[in-house]
Amino acid sequence: MTSVEWLFPANVEEAVGALAEQGNRAVAGGTTVFDLLKLGHPLPRRFVDISRLPLGRIVETPGSLTIGALCSNTSVANSPVVRLAFPAIPQAILSGASQQIRNAASVGGNIMQATRCPYFRTTSWPCNRRSPGSGCEALSAPTHAHAILGTSKHCIAVHPSDMVVALAALDATVLARTPDGDLTIPITDFYTEPDGAWDQGTMLPSKALITAVKVPHTDASRRSGYLKLRTRASYEFAMVSVAAALSFRSGKVEAASIALGGVGTRPWRRKEAERLLVGEKLDQGPIDSFCDALLDGADLRPETEHKLALSRRAVHRVLRALADQ
Amino acid sequence: MPADLPSSLTIRLTVNGADLEVAVDPRRSLLDLLRENLELTGTKKGCDHGQCGACTVHVDGERRLSCLQFAAQMQGRSVTTIEGVSGPGNDLHPLQKAFIRHDAMQCGFCTPGQIMSALAVVREGCPTDTTELREMLSGNICRCGAYENILKAVQEVAGDLR
Repeated sequence: MTSVEWLFPANVEEAVGALAEQGNRAVAGGTTVFDLLKLGHPLPRRFVDISRLPLGRIVETPGSLTIGALCSNTSVANSPVVRLAFPAIPQAILSGASQQIRNAASVGGNIMQATRCPYFRTTSWPCNRRSPGSGCEALSAPTHAHAILGTSKHCIAVHPSDMVVALAALDATVLARTPDGDLTIPITDFYTEPDGAWDQGTMLPSKALITAVKVPHTDASRRSGYLKLRTRASYEFAMVSVAAALSFRSGKVEAASIALGGVGTRPWRRKEAERLLVGEKLDQGPIDSFCDALLDGADLRPETEHKLALSRRAVHRVLRALADQ
Repeated sequence: MPADLPSSLTIRLTVNGADLEVAVDPRRSLLDLLRENLELTGTKKGCDHGQCGACTVHVDGERRLSCLQFAAQMQGRSVTTIEGVSGPGNDLHPLQKAFIRHDAMQCGFCTPGQIMSALAVVREGCPTDTTELREMLSGNICRCGAYENILKAVQEVAGDLR
């Protein structure tokens, strides 16, 4: 590691100005940034400490909730209004990391967290995400944790977040500020699939600072949940996870939104598949049809093919549990 | 190193109740600040990557992994380490005594992190359900496998400390 300079902006405007300069990088909790740095990932020219900016509030607005980007993961999981109106969010957050990490990690950092693909993390391997054009070692030596959806010849790394899977099922929107003004990006459009050109894999411009995430409050968001399956009981990334939000009318599905984690290069959601559930009773048949459409085209390898059956069963379990609520 | 980059920055923070001003490398972790600059070696470096919990300390009353905290961001923060939990006259904290009573360790390397984590769990509202308590402590790995006795020690004193 060479050395690095720190900037401590006094307000959001100063921070956005600092981040507009090439080579400067935002740090909030630092849990991902510092980890990768120690593995040999390059230092930026300057770190911009955004951890004290006033972006740590949870604000109720008519029809939605706005969660500040610098809320800790713990504070969101403990928020009474989040627990009541969006149960999938605290369930997802509390299924990830440990309390020590959740206390430090911010909402914005969770959205921007880097993949856990071992070939990305360890700098001695080729990796198109870390170094575009260098190749993808995972394609020749995949692990049981690699992606089966949204893959390409460039990358099969899984998006690691739990919280974002819940946000995807809840149709959240990312709010960001740039020197040219504010922008909003639906979380379902936020992550890009690997095309060989990108590195961070998001639609967020390099000069933008995430300020908040906005979640619409609906009947379905109140009936939402998150299930995570993994190789040990706690403190582990998802093998497969499911976030779902449902509403019913006269015993039939009125609205359904379902996102998968642990299986895709981005949080995996297909709205056209969800339409197969609308107007149906939530029985085995419609759920099977939904799973067929959601998982169609899965890119299976001997190491990862278990994720297909695991995904289907997890979807069944979550949807049936929410239907019985 | 480019000439325009500083080799250290000065931060003021409180460690175990003492106000300190210390010059740190801008890349230094809170863990290395504690162990190398301040010689508080009770806090342990296990994995140095946020996977084991051995480096757990309290920052402004919350448990954090000191290996994943930049020292540069600690300006004005109050840090408590295992050296700061003992009572008057350096009497061991009741939880430390309970760890000894219940033989809640073998090698002892994870113990400072286990105790700092468990003290925070008590403040967070220690669950009476053992499965929930295991979940709350799952960020602290014990490779000797002393988990059963760690749980007994924590459960024994949690009621008194609440």
